[in-house]
Amino acid sequence: MDIAAALAGRFEYVMTSALIVVGLHGMLSKQNLVKQLIGLNIMQTAIILLFISMSVQTGGTVPIIEKGTANVVYMSPLPHVLMLTAIVVMVATAGVAFALLIRIHARYGSLEEGELLGRTR
Amino acid sequence: MIPPYDSVTVRTVAKILIPLIQVFALYVVFHGAKSPGGGFQGGAILGASLILARLTAGPGVSVHYLPGTSALRLGAVGVLIYGVVGLLSLFGGAAFLDYSALPLPGAHEDELHAIGIEAVEVGVAVAVACVMLSIFDDLAPTERPYRQGR
Amino acid sequence: MRPPAYLALGLLSGLLLYAVAALPPLRNPDSPIRTGVERYFVENAVEDTATPNIVSAILADYRSFDTFGETTVVFTAGLACYLLLGRREEGESGK
Repeated sequence: MDIAAALAGRFEYVMTSALIVVGLHGMLSKQNLVKQLIGLNIMQTAIILLFISMSVQTGGTVPIIEKGTANVVYMSPLPHVLMLTAIVVMVATAGVAFALLIRIHARYGSLEEGELLGRTR
Repeated sequence: MIPPYDSVTVRTVAKILIPLIQVFALYVVFHGAKSPGGGFQGGAILGASLILARLTAGPGVSVHYLPGTSALRLGAVGVLIYGVVGLLSLFGGAAFLDYSALPLPGAHEDELHAIGIEAVEVGVAVAVACVMLSIFDDLAPTERPYRQGR
Repeated sequence: MRPPAYLALGLLSGLLLYAVAALPPLRNPDSPIRTGVERYFVENAVEDTATPNIVSAILADYRSFDTFGETTVVFTAGLACYLLLGRREEGESGK
């Protein structure tokens, strides 16, 4: 019961933790490098969810100020800015990672971790 | 290069949609100061429209949109726009990227900030769109072999 | 997957759930996220920059140096993809 009380109102945090564990499980359990990359992307998505859920405000609106409005509750703009840049870095790193995977496949003809390790040994 | 998509419907709808997507991307970039939007988002939409052209139109047509390495070069131009705006404010007598010293006569200080933000967003949009297209072109299969540099 | 990996995953889930209970509560106007520099941005962005969209104002003005680095990162990623996968042009002799 204590745990349930502590987790009440923190649903987004719990989902973030679950996504991190899912991503790490994908990176640890899968042998295919593409599937490991997908696990890494799931972990990055979890971090984005963490920041965006922190900016949410009950009854809040988008942080765009219009003239003549007073007493409006805005979502926090700062996590949005940080995550905008984080998404761009995520796309860029995914592109470079896929390029590396294509080169690995062109040279060794496989993307399975065990086969690659056996070949370099 | 990717062959043209084997369906008249898809090719025709894409031909109609691509200009509309590009106009919407320009709206997102240039109206980004007053509504949800901005350089990164508009650049991503613009890059998606160019990639749609690559996917559906086939090599004979879509190569005319930014062939070869010109997408990557145009991305460098986008970064250059950003840097030049920063250097202009440096020459105006303030810190790097402090838009209040942009050398534009007759503009108020907060208007100078708005102009600087818009210029910077244009640079970001160009860089993001062109780099997206460049990465797609590199990843897409072609007949030409990889360079064997080590 | 070997047993040590399951052990690491279990430990990580326990650690994360323990940390969740210590994080600031969500949707609370007095949480540390909302009382810091963000309040200054919401109050002063329009006077400083004449830009109603606070996200754009922070991204391209207050944090413009960060965004400059960001754009460079994106361009560097494109350059890295080209250097890794660049195709041989017709006349070029592949060394």
